[in-house]
Amino acid sequence: MIPSAFDYVAASSVEEAVQALSEAGEDAKVIAGGQSLVPVLRLRLAAPTKLIDLNKISELRGVREDGDAIVVGAMTTHHDVINDPLVREHAALLALATHTVGDPQIRHRGTLGGALVHADPAGDLLAPAVALDAEMVIVGPGGRRTVPAAEFFVDLFTTAVQPDELLVEVRIPKKTGWGAHYEKFQRVAQAWSIVAVAAAVRTEGGSIAEARVALTNMATTPVRATGVEQALVGQPATAEAIRAAAEHAAEGTSPTSDGDADADYREHLARVLTGRAVAAASGLGG
Amino acid sequence: MTTTAQPATGELGKARRRKEDARLITGRTRWTDNITLPGMLHMAIVRSPLAHAKITGINTDAARKMPGVHGVFTATDLGAQDISMPCAWQVTEDMKSPKTPPLAVDTVHFAGEGVAIVVARDAASAEDAAGAVEVDYDVLPPVLDMEAALADGATLVHPDLGTNRNALWVFDSAEAGTGGDVEQAIREAEVVVTRRFHQQRLMPSFMEPRSIVVDPTGEQLTMWSATQVPHIVKTMTALTLGLPEHKVRVIAPDVGGGFGGKLQVIPEEFLTVLVARRLGKPVKWTETRSESMMATHHGRAQIQDLTLAARKDGTVTGLKVELIADMGAYLRIITPGTPLLGAFMFNAIYKFPAYRFACTNVFTTKVPTDAYRGAGRPEATFAIERIMDELAVELGMEPLELRERNWIKHEEFPFTTVAGLTYDSGNYEAATAKAKELFDYDGLRAEQRRRREANDPVQLGIGISTFTEMCGLAPSRILGALSYAAGGWEHASIRMLATGTVEVVTGVSPHGQGHETAWSQIVADKLGVPFEDVEVLHGDTQLAPKGMDTYGSRSLVVGGIAAVKAADKVIEKARKIAAHMLECSEEDLEFAQGKFTIKGTDRSITIQEIAFTTFAAHNFPEGMEPSLDSEATFDPENFSFPHGTHLCATEVDTETGRVTIRSYVCVDDVGKVVNPLIVEGQVHGGLAQGIAQALFEEAVYDEGGTLVSATLADYLVPSAADLPSFTTDRTETPATSNPLGVKGVGEAGAIASTPAVVNAVLDAVRHLGVTDIDMPCTPQRVWRAVQSAQGAAKSTSQHATESAAGGGLGSIDAQGGAQ
Repeated sequence: MIPSAFDYVAASSVEEAVQALSEAGEDAKVIAGGQSLVPVLRLRLAAPTKLIDLNKISELRGVREDGDAIVVGAMTTHHDVINDPLVREHAALLALATHTVGDPQIRHRGTLGGALVHADPAGDLLAPAVALDAEMVIVGPGGRRTVPAAEFFVDLFTTAVQPDELLVEVRIPKKTGWGAHYEKFQRVAQAWSIVAVAAAVRTEGGSIAEARVALTNMATTPVRATGVEQALVGQPATAEAIRAAAEHAAEGTSPTSDGDADADYREHLARVLTGRAVAAASGLGG
Repeated sequence: MTTTAQPATGELGKARRRKEDARLITGRTRWTDNITLPGMLHMAIVRSPLAHAKITGINTDAARKMPGVHGVFTATDLGAQDISMPCAWQVTEDMKSPKTPPLAVDTVHFAGEGVAIVVARDAASAEDAAGAVEVDYDVLPPVLDMEAALADGATLVHPDLGTNRNALWVFDSAEAGTGGDVEQAIREAEVVVTRRFHQQRLMPSFMEPRSIVVDPTGEQLTMWSATQVPHIVKTMTALTLGLPEHKVRVIAPDVGGGFGGKLQVIPEEFLTVLVARRLGKPVKWTETRSESMMATHHGRAQIQDLTLAARKDGTVTGLKVELIADMGAYLRIITPGTPLLGAFMFNAIYKFPAYRFACTNVFTTKVPTDAYRGAGRPEATFAIERIMDELAVELGMEPLELRERNWIKHEEFPFTTVAGLTYDSGNYEAATAKAKELFDYDGLRAEQRRRREANDPVQLGIGISTFTEMCGLAPSRILGALSYAAGGWEHASIRMLATGTVEVVTGVSPHGQGHETAWSQIVADKLGVPFEDVEVLHGDTQLAPKGMDTYGSRSLVVGGIAAVKAADKVIEKARKIAAHMLECSEEDLEFAQGKFTIKGTDRSITIQEIAFTTFAAHNFPEGMEPSLDSEATFDPENFSFPHGTHLCATEVDTETGRVTIRSYVCVDDVGKVVNPLIVEGQVHGGLAQGIAQALFEEAVYDEGGTLVSATLADYLVPSAADLPSFTTDRTETPATSNPLGVKGVGEAGAIASTPAVVNAVLDAVRHLGVTDIDMPCTPQRVWRAVQSAQGAAKSTSQHATESAAGGGLGSIDAQGGAQ
């Protein structure tokens, strides 16, 4: 299908993109990898009058080290995230989750920033960002500001990024040496998650010293499973202890019912998948 | 001579790579949507968002004023209000047929039905203007549930018909004289098993969306269409629109899949013709994927009630089948007959002494149904293979042993069934033995026992499907007896060119099957010419004037045989010329590897030399036309009955309900094989589609009658990543009904696999108390079945919220934050 007509601006710098956004007003849209926006345009579910393309802004691509954090440019593609040595060493959870996104073509076009700002509750990169305590760096006419991931996701398809702002980078505190796993549950390989669980675990001498667990698609925004995290800390990294802690997984969630899953089934899945994700992140088989 | 390649030897059975593929996969081809003609306009269709409504007004003023728009038309604007889309199958004398205009006139009967068309200078302008057409509706109640539609006082889809019942079609073996009385068999049975199965609606998800170009500017009106059936489209266009048939030319260029979805004569074809003629310019229409899902016919959609009578030793004594089949809102080309293609197949490979089949066709306000890969036979095979497993459970018998007790033994062929068909050949024992061995049947049964005893959260199930099917549509006399409007013959002609190369013209219309390769092999083998020297021509009614096209696994067993018979005629003509050239009698000649040789000598002449001699025609037998070219029309005497044994092992995660296919083994018997690689491809694709019905695909309507699975994000077509690596093998029991000994393979995988998978899923959780799971066996359905069986089901939706779920393009609203 064919999108409605729109004007197009290929910005060459962040400043230029922000300027173009301010001038264009509310009917403008930013296009990153286009893996969600283009289908929406083709189905005419959205008809922006202007598209501002970030693909030519090279400063938004790539991963760098910054003290005890790594910084991922918003326009870094999924493929580059997966294959980046800094991400793999210090934020393995993000690499694992990104590997489950779409298919190779999508991962070569889609970007981390685009996926986060799109804020589809079934998107796979929101929960890892929350679990890893990422910080979102946003630039607008008023300058630069930083929003923690826990406050970034406001609602279904809605983030803290204002219409005249851009997400430019994602700062992720290093979790070097942590075990990680992203347990995704979907009906076919290329479908969205019905439920998924992002888990990062630091073990010390067979016990769980720290744990970070966040859930995909269990509410309109990603849910940090704090009950599970608290129940895990200090426990032995055994299947039994993990299963007991995972019983807290559905606390504080508000899942929806749709054609794939009713809410109670999603809650059940959250518990089962949390157990599996934490076990895998803790180095237990299966 | 241009030929350098070697004469064909043993072409039949050679696993040649398809000659079509390099062109198709590198894009050096022409799909209908690639065709651009001078001055061509583009059509877009305004479709109803409502399932059932009165049209109270259509305002086209704004659309007409949009840039680039050449016209906006309703049915009456086009004079199309009295045109009715053709249905070729009057299944009973009292069948109810609604008026089926190509655009809705005053009432829409399904969401997706066309209401108006827009023609503009480019596709984007047409789409923009279509969005500006304002249609006012008075909403009527949708008719969605088949049983409710049949109840007294139901809302009528077509009030002028006085009922939602389209037809009741019955076959009874006692009445037909082919078997006993099923009611008596049930009364006298030691065991009676009664089950209801649901065949969900499916959408034939061909890769290339439908597309049409009509050029009205020539002496003949030319239509390019992404169709399986150019010949049928040509005849139906002439008949329906009142055009002289010889003034219509239909071309099916390269066509990207069909699966039955393109054996249709579609409203859009007629609309494009009408508007192109009106405007005097070429017009193109190409659908979007969602449009395809809302407007192309759907498949399956049946409620199946079966009653199986048996003795305690497992011998089956009777089968009663009562179907309700969803026609959707209108009758398309074979809508009412599609479920009847299963009428003769519920008895399958088993020796039922008594059988009754009754099918009630019902109208609903949904997309019309019609053929989808297998068309009636997958439904029948599913039901019988499911209920045979149920009987095995009831009797405590091993399900394969139960089947073996009842199937036709290989020495009993030819065998006339209780449904009146004569199966020409088969060997169910051989296929089953091979499948069991490849599958490690006994080893998997042992593992299944271990997992059950250990109460493993992941349980193993084994599913069986010992199927046969009737294909190779079809003997014309049988189609006549079934009141089908046309015949089932096929045509081929062979042109021997001066240089000795060969053109084969076939009336079948390939859309992915590899006919160019297979027909080249057949003709190369027959004539003894190199494979590379054969060109296969098809899909243009001007080039291939006679044909019945491609569907129902008919192309090889009907069309391929026509090519064989045409080749035989070429050889007979060539023999006369060879005898003349070699100055011998015809009886002294033997023909092998493209050469006529005088027996016992080294004097010979090649068919290429004969072709040039014929071209020159200087020295020719007295009274003989200087031509080797020959044609043949083949009308089969019987259907083709491929069979096979499919075994599926599934792992069912009882904690999540997820089903994973651990292994899939099928041993198909499709008789002799022309190209094993093509057969393998057909089986793989068929398996994918059959497994998709078992686990993934379902056309879902909401309470208002809106199709909510109208994108490929919502309608889950599995990819290779979702399927196991198949183990395929064959046994070879030649068909006796044709000279090649071949049987159809196009639908076998889709027909056989669905019950194998569902039987495997149930077998994995049967010991937990689960007795049935509706298709598709989604994780949630499987999990709930286990929960329910264990008495631990929780009430659904206790925490349902108002918010939309993520994922699925339909859930992204216009205010969404897509970046």
